[in-house]
Amino acid sequence: MMDTTIYKALTVSQIREGLLAKEFTAVELAEAALSLAESEGQELNCFITLCSEKALKQAAAVDEKIVLGRELGRLAGVPVALKDNMSYMDYPTTCASHILEGYVPPYNATVVDRLIAADAVIIGKTNMDEFAMGSSNENSYYGPAINPVNHTCATGGSSGGSAAAVAAGIVTLSLGSDTGGSVRKPAAFCGVQGMKPTYGAVSRYGLIAFASSLDQIGPFARNSADLSALLSVITGQDEFDSTSIDFDHPDYVASISESPDPMRIGWPTECFGEGVDAEVLGALEELKKQLEEAGHTFVDISLKNLHAGIACYYVVATAEASSNLARFDGVKYGLREGDDSDLLAMYRQTRGKGFGAEVKRRIMLGTYVLSAGYYDAYYLKSMKVRRVITEELNEVFNKVDVLLTPTTPTPAFCIGDKTGDPLAMYLSDVFTVIANLAGTPGISIPAGKVESGLPIGAQFLGKRFDDARVLQIAHQAEKLLR
Amino acid sequence: MSNTENKNVIDGYEPVIGLEVHAQLVTRTKIFCGCENKYGAEPNTLTCPVCLGLPGALPTLNMQAVEYGIKMILALGGEVRQRSIFSRKNYFYPDLPKGYQISQFDLPIGEGGVIAIDVDGVTKDLGVTRLHLEDDAGKSLHPEGSGDKYSRIDLNRCGAPLIEIVSEPDMRSPQEAYAYLSKVKQILQYVGVCTGDMEKGHLRCDANISVRPVGQEKFGTKTELKNMNSFKGVERALNFEISRQIKTLKEGGSISQQTLLWDEKKQVAVAMRSKEEANDYRYFPEPDLTPLLVSDSWLEEVRESLPELPNARASRFVTEYGIPEYDAGVLTDTRHLAEYFEAVAKKSADGKLASNWIMGELSRYANGGEFDFAAPHVTADDIAHVIGEVKAQRISASFGKQALKELVAEKKALSEIDFAGNQMMSDTGEIESIIKNVISANAEPLERYLAGNVKLIGFFVGLIMKETKGKADPALVNKILREKLESRRT
Ligand SMILES: [Zn+2]
Repeated sequence: MMDTTIYKALTVSQIREGLLAKEFTAVELAEAALSLAESEGQELNCFITLCSEKALKQAAAVDEKIVLGRELGRLAGVPVALKDNMSYMDYPTTCASHILEGYVPPYNATVVDRLIAADAVIIGKTNMDEFAMGSSNENSYYGPAINPVNHTCATGGSSGGSAAAVAAGIVTLSLGSDTGGSVRKPAAFCGVQGMKPTYGAVSRYGLIAFASSLDQIGPFARNSADLSALLSVITGQDEFDSTSIDFDHPDYVASISESPDPMRIGWPTECFGEGVDAEVLGALEELKKQLEEAGHTFVDISLKNLHAGIACYYVVATAEASSNLARFDGVKYGLREGDDSDLLAMYRQTRGKGFGAEVKRRIMLGTYVLSAGYYDAYYLKSMKVRRVITEELNEVFNKVDVLLTPTTPTPAFCIGDKTGDPLAMYLSDVFTVIANLAGTPGISIPAGKVESGLPIGAQFLGKRFDDARVLQIAHQAEKLLR
Repeated sequence: MSNTENKNVIDGYEPVIGLEVHAQLVTRTKIFCGCENKYGAEPNTLTCPVCLGLPGALPTLNMQAVEYGIKMILALGGEVRQRSIFSRKNYFYPDLPKGYQISQFDLPIGEGGVIAIDVDGVTKDLGVTRLHLEDDAGKSLHPEGSGDKYSRIDLNRCGAPLIEIVSEPDMRSPQEAYAYLSKVKQILQYVGVCTGDMEKGHLRCDANISVRPVGQEKFGTKTELKNMNSFKGVERALNFEISRQIKTLKEGGSISQQTLLWDEKKQVAVAMRSKEEANDYRYFPEPDLTPLLVSDSWLEEVRESLPELPNARASRFVTEYGIPEYDAGVLTDTRHLAEYFEAVAKKSADGKLASNWIMGELSRYANGGEFDFAAPHVTADDIAHVIGEVKAQRISASFGKQALKELVAEKKALSEIDFAGNQMMSDTGEIESIIKNVISANAEPLERYLAGNVKLIGFFVGLIMKETKGKADPALVNKILREKLESRRT
């Protein structure tokens, strides 16, 4: 059995070196991950399903390749976790919802195929807010995930389980999905790195949709080199996703190893005002100072339409969600409630019992904003606002290379603190949603801690297709803060 | 108001009809996935995560379906919108696994167009509003009397590509609607994008119908008719609904906007329960598909690939082959018939004869199911050969028909037909001597003929043809016989 402390600190490149030097085997790594998932993972409630059987087979295959001297995939033997909204053949994919109980996808998401092709070892499926709807991971049918830094705190959401599993060292890497900040926010809350790539960079095929025009799969890691390695593996156009895009970009791991040319970094004044925790502000000011010392220039800029982002986001996202979630009707798979003689009653009872309160709230909201007579006032208006926000952001990126903001206005809050006030919960996404509305990349990295020990997240936002630059600045910031 | 308009008026009311035609495209694969697009396979065998609507699956657009949509709107004389978008039409139904249909709403691929119809010799142009692409739902099977208390769902059809062609409310009678539908089917088949088979559901038709007092410009309240499974069914359902609406109004009632389902067995249209039809489809742009762009060059390529359309072809047949307009209309009814005719006409170098033989003999076999212009088992060359022999008077017309029978019904090869043994008797001397013998051997009928029963000439012709085994030219026989008989009157 591997030493847990050593296992938890391993990076992607150390795993490769260790495997090749025969310091440990991939099976040992997988066993360590699985055993941690069963102990600490259980405590943190960060996994919904463990994929032990396949994981051990994948690991054994890597060990065999090493013995035979065959070429290894880029993530050979690296223990990875998947948010439980990504289809993985033969294992339940629940979206943390009661309504998908018993559903086992007969196909792999494209990202899963890419991970398998890179010889990664998929340890398990992680906890999340039901259908990725939430900012704290408290909307899970399987209960909230627990923040490894402070067990009374929320992990942030919706990809809370994936963030917690990486933060706790159970897995080296994980994937989440980010619709309004669902990767970046839990990364900030749990003290790891999390990125939302450019919309279209990573295939959504097999990702159970929340809001199709905003959803993007993104990586979690404990450092930017690992994050870059995972992003390199999952990025790329996919013939099964019409919205995926082929664009030129350097190899992310290679590009972060070069120190970047001096950048002009935007400092959106709206992100550093009222409502932002003083310690968070202090940490960001400190980071700014260090980046300036490293040769970068800061420019005060204004995002006048930032305040409209949340309202716009909740109209667009819920509209799409109301349609995306129509397929969960009890007819074909998952939960079925009610008796066989009344179709309408079966629909009502299945969806009534199968969906949690937040999901129902959003389906109703989305149905309302698309209804005849309200479409123009809400959906159409929001699409116009979305365009305005996107244009404003594009204009800002004509002046600066990247933006620096807090990822969230405050560090992690306590479990139960905001569940009674959905609006306050929604507002905590204020700095993250614009990247989803505009389809641009964003990353959250740990930028110190508040006095209580909770991590602070700093967010870099870049222009579309500038994922490499966002990673470069994050990598440099990571080094400066070390 | 002219007389032609008046004939559609019933009890002072004029019907106003618009049709929505759904045509299933004959593409190789479905519209948003790689599954085979085929009719009649075992239930639920032609499916994948995409057309099953499994969570996480995404649509990708089949460009062949787009091409077929472009072809059809061009064939209708409409415009192609070079940037169109797909929208989701949301509703719950067990055979709709995604919970929405991917269709086109405010920005369809095709707009405008005209369909010319002919009802009782009166031609009329009917407007086409739009043409859009969408995916089909699966099929719900409700087995009656099988003891199965469950409804079954077959998702093979789910994701089959459809085009919907929406007409303007330009039709004023069920006959016009029938003619419109026939014309749409004809053009679909010509362009080669749909089988047009309504019984198999490859072509489906919904109707919007209202009536208004003659002279009133404003349309009355319309109802929607669904579930008509044949061309005649559409006509019958429309007649039923027009009568119902007029009767309601005459009795002082009013028409409520509703959807009615045609019951072919009972010959009545029954209103759907309001619960079933109270649909707000909540259309919004499909976020899983990018806007559909049609480049100038692709549009030109498709335009050039269009076949000659029925009306243009009919006019050309009139001028090129000198056949009457009516014949040209019949011969261009289907693309296959038209192509067959043209091949025979070209080979035989006689359009009129080709037309007669095809519209006569060959169509009789086609109607009897013994010949199929779409998959002919006798080549146009062989038919042209028979026609050529008749035209050159080497064989009689009756042997020509016999030859056709052997080719078509008995499936003989051309080489097996005894043209040589059935050469027409053209030797006047030989015919004369046979006629002489026949007349001499039938003194009593001759007496009666000469006494005024001239109809008996047929009796003599029959005997002569029998004697010549049908090989004598009937015209020649008639001419000589008449001379010989008349010469007996002295
Ligand atoms: Zn399919």
